[in-house]
Amino acid sequence: MAHPARHLLRAKDLIDARYAEDLTVADLAAVAGLSPAHFSREFRRTFGESPHRYLLTRRLERAAALLRNTDGSVTDICFAVGHTSLGSFTTTFTRVYGMSPTAYRASFPPARRLIRVPDCVARVYGRPQNRTFREAAVG
Amino acid sequence: MVRIANAQFWVHDQDEALDFYTTKVGFEVRADVSMDEWGFRWLVVGPVGQPDIGLVLMGIPGPPMTDAETAAQMAEVVAKGAGGTLFLETDDCQAAYDELSARGVVFNDPPTPQPYGIDTSFRDPAGNNVRLTQVLEFSLDRGVAP
Repeated sequence: MAHPARHLLRAKDLIDARYAEDLTVADLAAVAGLSPAHFSREFRRTFGESPHRYLLTRRLERAAALLRNTDGSVTDICFAVGHTSLGSFTTTFTRVYGMSPTAYRASFPPARRLIRVPDCVARVYGRPQNRTFREAAVG
Repeated sequence: MVRIANAQFWVHDQDEALDFYTTKVGFEVRADVSMDEWGFRWLVVGPVGQPDIGLVLMGIPGPPMTDAETAAQMAEVVAKGAGGTLFLETDDCQAAYDELSARGVVFNDPPTPQPYGIDTSFRDPAGNNVRLTQVLEFSLDRGVAP
């Protein structure tokens, strides 16, 4: 009999793996084996934030990584990480990182790409934790 | 010279962990000794062909080693995925991924090219993270730097 949190971890792992897809609360609740309403409450209790917020901050973290480390356009990156609206992506990114995606990219020198940081470390430590993050405003 | 002999994971269920690491991951059993009067079981597994380092699958203890509340906290931390990570290396990430998948390991992500190599990851039944990396010469042509 697995620990209850172990089932919720499956949902968190699913977000980390498939953040670019149109994941619904129902999808996440299903892998955790819980009803959607129960799932969101338990996820928040276990990990300290809602599954929705975890998904959106994962997308922002991945978008920031792509801005730092690729030459892809802001539009391409926006859609690549699962956002459906360039406008809301830019607004949210700017609020969380304190500058526009373009300015964020320009603030990192190309040599930054040569730093040898494992992908798993970047994902865990790079996820934004901005207090002013307002998830409801994101499309 | 000081060497690493064993590293250790906390697990909720040693039988389940033993089955996972041997039947699915392909490790061999190095030690399995129970001291029934203490309710303690020394369980060590390790990679075939690398006999000088092992992974201890330690059951989360209760009293007298820890009070019940602490034991419950440890159990939750591990189940939440915050217990720790085992870093494995392989010469062929895709082949290892295929082999372990065929034996029932469910990976979190497919083998993914990174500047430092190709890697993938999975969790054990308890929630411990296992990373599997094929280290290659650093190249930005292979993947996106983190």
